[in-house]
Amino acid sequence: MLAVTNLTKTYGDFTAVNNISFEVQKGEIFGFLGPNGAGKTSTINMMIGLARPTAGEILINGIDAIKQTKKAQSIMGIVADESNLYNEMDGFDNLCFCAALYGMEKSERETKARHLLEEFRLKDAGKRPFKAYSKGMKRKLTIAAALIHSPQILFLDEPTTGIDVESSRQIRKMIVALKEQGTTVFLTTHYIEEAERICDRIAFIANGQIVASGTTSELMDSVSHAHAIRFVTSKSAENITAELKNNFKGSKVAVQGDNTFIMESEERISLLPVMNFLNDKGIDVYEAKELRPSLEDVFVKLTGIESSELKRDDKKGGRK
Amino acid sequence: MKSLIAFWNILKKDIKNYYLKPPNISWGIIFPLSWSLMQLIRSPGKNILELLPGLMAMSILFGTTSMLAVTITFERSGRSFERLMLAPISLNLMLLAKIAGTIIFGMFNAFVPIVFASFFIDLKGVNFGIILPAVFMIALSSALMGLMIAVSAKQVFEAQTFSNFFRFPMLFLCGLFIPISDLPVFLRPISYCLPLTYGADILKGAITGVNIFSPVLSFCMLLFFSVALFLISKHNINRKWVL
Repeated sequence: MLAVTNLTKTYGDFTAVNNISFEVQKGEIFGFLGPNGAGKTSTINMMIGLARPTAGEILINGIDAIKQTKKAQSIMGIVADESNLYNEMDGFDNLCFCAALYGMEKSERETKARHLLEEFRLKDAGKRPFKAYSKGMKRKLTIAAALIHSPQILFLDEPTTGIDVESSRQIRKMIVALKEQGTTVFLTTHYIEEAERICDRIAFIANGQIVASGTTSELMDSVSHAHAIRFVTSKSAENITAELKNNFKGSKVAVQGDNTFIMESEERISLLPVMNFLNDKGIDVYEAKELRPSLEDVFVKLTGIESSELKRDDKKGGRK
Repeated sequence: MKSLIAFWNILKKDIKNYYLKPPNISWGIIFPLSWSLMQLIRSPGKNILELLPGLMAMSILFGTTSMLAVTITFERSGRSFERLMLAPISLNLMLLAKIAGTIIFGMFNAFVPIVFASFFIDLKGVNFGIILPAVFMIALSSALMGLMIAVSAKQVFEAQTFSNFFRFPMLFLCGLFIPISDLPVFLRPISYCLPLTYGADILKGAITGVNIFSPVLSFCMLLFFSVALFLISKHNINRKWVL
């Protein structure tokens, strides 16, 4: 659906996007994750036609988005990083106007606008001016406006930044529902949990370059090949760590707190022998949980950017 | 057909949303209106006909430049202008839709002094067959000048201030209030480079029967200025707004 090849954008001496390539399949949610200034908005702006690439190629459903920008725009829905509808107009008129920009007939656009207002739970606010909407409502109406012409691909730039938790949740649900209806979604975000929760595939972008991309599992596997299990027991395992290591060759054991220890191995750890061993020592096992690196750990390891950087962006974004 | 729907809806939205914005009311309506009243009250009788071309030209100039500054800079500062840039309509069509709303506003303003004048004098001798296309061409060239200014400004007040750098000198150099022949020699070439000079001359001819250029030449010059201003504005938009 979307193929980006060797895309580069420079502003004078500054390289905002540096030779990136990726593909997005039809009907998937593809997340672009990175801190502010990483090159996310520059990339999206080039794809939607608001910025000219310095080099590279962008194909959207086979259409050259650089040479045939208007044709490509006709199959895109675009949600900018700010809710940018018309303050003077009410919700319904805003949707109808956006539909008119895509050449939709009056009856068709009014029917679709009513349907979207209902679907986005904004029916009661349909006759209120946009400027009177809350941030969350504005964001939802902006997304609705991007969907009015039933686009094949939806570009969302930071869709949940700066809005309340409930609205964020609703928006994430809507994005997933859109994917289920067959819409391809390209979204940029600096929220790791958001990317992890809704994206089929994720690309980490830092300093204008894609550092890694893949499904959440692929990204996690790319940084850690070790297997670890955390055991919560009835007694401290401090005295038997040496025995554990001897009995289970190639394992590392680290005690964490009074009744918790972590066992790590290059091979998968079979639970029953460990449990039997502990049982023989008079130790009951209350919990055994496989530990995997979080996407945040993976991001930090691959990009070298501390997750606090993203959280600082979070505060800048004003998320409640 | 799709393009027509988009064109009509952009035009309709601008008329509905922006005609009564404060900067349009103050600069586009109140200022020319009060100037018209002031001049008409001050010069009753025979001088009104001589004042009319100037008042009309001024009303169009201030009306159109204010309107375009408002529609473009308001939308750009709120980023709603991006919607138009991202819609699958050509830049030419989008700009024409924006300009069309402005031209209608300017033409409406042009007839305000005529309505006032009709209370004081007989307008039978006025050639409305020439006035109508002249008003349109002045509105078109002024709107495009407004577009050129709006492209360079970020805020409405900035656009209005920037506009005044052009509007006021133009008023005094275009031959409306001071004949070009009475201007200092070094200023005269500037007068000939102003679209309003030719627009005002057509209006003068149509209202008082006295003009210095042939109406055909003046219309051609207005067309030339309009095309040039459109191309310059389009070039600047492509350079500044699509980064």
